[in-house]
Amino acid sequence: MLNTLIARIRAAHADNTPLIIQGGGSKTFYGNADEGEILATRTLNSVVDYQPKELVLTAQSGTPLADIEALLAEHKQMLAFEPPHFGGAATLGGSIAAGLSGPRRPYAGSARDFVLGVRMVDGTGQALRFGGQVIKNVAGYDVSRLMVGALGTLGLITEVSLKVLPSPGAETTLQFELDEAAAIVKMNTWAGQPLPLSATSWHAGLLSVRLSGAHSAVHAAQAKLGGETVNDASAFWQRLRDQTTPFFDKRPSTWNQRLWRLAVKPTTPPLKLGDAQWIEWGGAVRWLISDLSETTLREAAQRYGGHATLFRGNAPIDGAFTPLAPALLTLHRNLKQRFDPKGIFNHGRLYPDF
Amino acid sequence: MSAIRSPVFLKALRSLLLPESLLTAPEDTRPFESDGLAAYRNTPDVVVLPDSEAQVTAILRLCHAHQVAVVTRGAGTGLAAGALPVDGAVLLVLARLNQIKNIDPLARTAVVQPGVRNLAISEAAAAYNLYYAPDPSSQIACSIGGNVAENSGGVHCLKYGLTVHNILKLRAWTIDGQLLEIGSDALDAPGYDLLALMTGSEGMLAVITEVTVKLLPRPERAQVVLAAFDDVAKAGAAVGNIIAAGVIPAGLEMMDRLAIQAAEDFVHAGYPLDCEAILLCEVDGVNEEVSDDIFTVHEVLAASGATEIRTADSEEQRLKFWAGRKAAFPAVGRLAPDYYCMDGTIPRAQLPHVLKRISEMSIEYGLAVANVFHAGDGNLHPLILFDANQPGELHQAETFGGKILELCVEVGGTITGEHGVGLEKINQMCAQFSTPELTRFHEVKAAFDPDGLLNPGKAVPELHRCAEWGAMHIQGGQLPYPELPRF
Repeated sequence: MLNTLIARIRAAHADNTPLIIQGGGSKTFYGNADEGEILATRTLNSVVDYQPKELVLTAQSGTPLADIEALLAEHKQMLAFEPPHFGGAATLGGSIAAGLSGPRRPYAGSARDFVLGVRMVDGTGQALRFGGQVIKNVAGYDVSRLMVGALGTLGLITEVSLKVLPSPGAETTLQFELDEAAAIVKMNTWAGQPLPLSATSWHAGLLSVRLSGAHSAVHAAQAKLGGETVNDASAFWQRLRDQTTPFFDKRPSTWNQRLWRLAVKPTTPPLKLGDAQWIEWGGAVRWLISDLSETTLREAAQRYGGHATLFRGNAPIDGAFTPLAPALLTLHRNLKQRFDPKGIFNHGRLYPDF
Repeated sequence: MSAIRSPVFLKALRSLLLPESLLTAPEDTRPFESDGLAAYRNTPDVVVLPDSEAQVTAILRLCHAHQVAVVTRGAGTGLAAGALPVDGAVLLVLARLNQIKNIDPLARTAVVQPGVRNLAISEAAAAYNLYYAPDPSSQIACSIGGNVAENSGGVHCLKYGLTVHNILKLRAWTIDGQLLEIGSDALDAPGYDLLALMTGSEGMLAVITEVTVKLLPRPERAQVVLAAFDDVAKAGAAVGNIIAAGVIPAGLEMMDRLAIQAAEDFVHAGYPLDCEAILLCEVDGVNEEVSDDIFTVHEVLAASGATEIRTADSEEQRLKFWAGRKAAFPAVGRLAPDYYCMDGTIPRAQLPHVLKRISEMSIEYGLAVANVFHAGDGNLHPLILFDANQPGELHQAETFGGKILELCVEVGGTITGEHGVGLEKINQMCAQFSTPELTRFHEVKAAFDPDGLLNPGKAVPELHRCAEWGAMHIQGGQLPYPELPRF
């Protein structure tokens, strides 16, 4: 099956056929619109190795996230970056290529933080392996982490090794009525204290804080922080992770409203860019449903040390990501040229010219 | 005449720096002849010690214009000859860029220049009850720029990650003097993850002039358990059992008999001596969680066959338990005139097999080995004892070390967990990577540094070198012409 994919990539390289890499197809909305023949990874769908005592799992890229998480759950372990499923069909490869992480990210780390190694096929059809299955490895450049968030533009990921972590013994979510400015200060203040935080969210005057860890630690933190305990909290965080809350549904009703993700320094004060806002990641991500111009939103994010992504629109997107400074753009082009000289993989998905 | 000796180049270089910041006399440059791996020495032609970012960029532009290579050096504590001077290259020492520019306690970040010492960041952050997590054992001396270049670890990696997990942003300069702002003040940045690519790139891609690091709240409490075993395999299994029980220790270290004996003789930590291995398991976090974890760890260790278990009941005792481990290298250094420290990482399950093979090779090569092991993350530090004054022993130690690294690759591990490749392990890169993979590494370098002027000859072997090494390799590890230097 891998050989079939390699043969297809070699043929595409030979005759300049653009390819679109697709796993579960759950994130087709993400990034710029691209065109080409679908290169499906669904045949690469097995867990290659899982050693709970090593905290390492290796699986082929087309393996559904749901299967991996179910297997980990049997051993009371988890993917600590809490990747979004977006409708349920998400695969491991797609999650890594998109580099998206869920609510636990500021406290546990991102998708790239947990990648230990990849096997991949570059744009000439060459199979390559970078990194490995051990937690500490500094031999060679960190190409495996370079693949995370590259949206498939540097090659087809065929296998990923990840560090996994034990699931927390206890979890509870507390809610507090707070205005936006106060909530941002609280999230940052608490993150600077030894508390078992694992997720934070603020929307419509309500700050939600998830605590995870040993029962004793969670109870102690709960006693310290106060607030109201939320029932059915895991559904709340899952809806936020997968963007299935009504907030994210509001968008399609009005043509001009688009969903923007503003990544900023977590202490950034209220942006005052409209009321349709959801804050997570301890203040470091501000989701906005907005019809404001790209320029306005990108300038706002840059002013606070970050960047703005047009996450979901209502028409094909052609400028999803913040444009790069010239020196960085040159490096991106150079790297793309080396890994995919004919530009056959996901052309334009990340930036229009490659 | 090589470009570095040309009067035009030297005059231009002089015009950029104060007289005391440019060293060319051998008596001044000799202190920079090696980094922490003193077996590799080469007196540099020219050493520059800029004290501002503007000077760094001017030096890079000048070197680029004259096609003079640049080797970047921080505190010089590296253990893989990564900062070994290269003939015809300027040695760019960033130790004087040592300002902590800003600490933001609410955002939990520090903006520092590359010459700031690792420990100095935590000391400065202590006022806010924050600290910088990666703690390589050289943290009192090593600088953050070098930590980024090597993706340094330490004893707390399993829980708190490596350098790559603890930095947010870099200001770096290409050899032709272009600024790269990599990462952001948010938790991610648009485009490719160049922050990961730069981390551990061993000075091959760009020169860093500023690092924004993450700071973490200091744990409320830390407690350590010491367990003795009559068999290293049992100790190895205990490590996996602790993790399977759902505990992620802050530190999990193992020492074998020779290392224990040496440490005990040196610092009198009170270690048990009638055992084959000891484990040190530290848990930290919220007070209540530490109590629970200590209880679990105790139970698991007992069930795993520990012959003795002690829990440090005071901060004084905790530090005493650690003192032996932290002094392990110098302690072992007292057993022989020289030692050679290896840095392979293996899947933990392979530990008994690997230790057995190492002890067999120890007999084969006639050199003793003490093993110190970051057991939690599988990072093995065998210390090969030798005497460089005995003809052939250095070479024998290097060959033995090379074999250990190849063994690590064979069992699914890597030749370097945290020290980097530098020049030391460049041959073993040929064992770990295929020709197409090494080619991609060269191409990554070329994407940043097309003329190959930054730290030439390090980290990634030329393909012809692997071909030659492969050919030499067949002869049972006996290099032809052993009297020739290997670089």
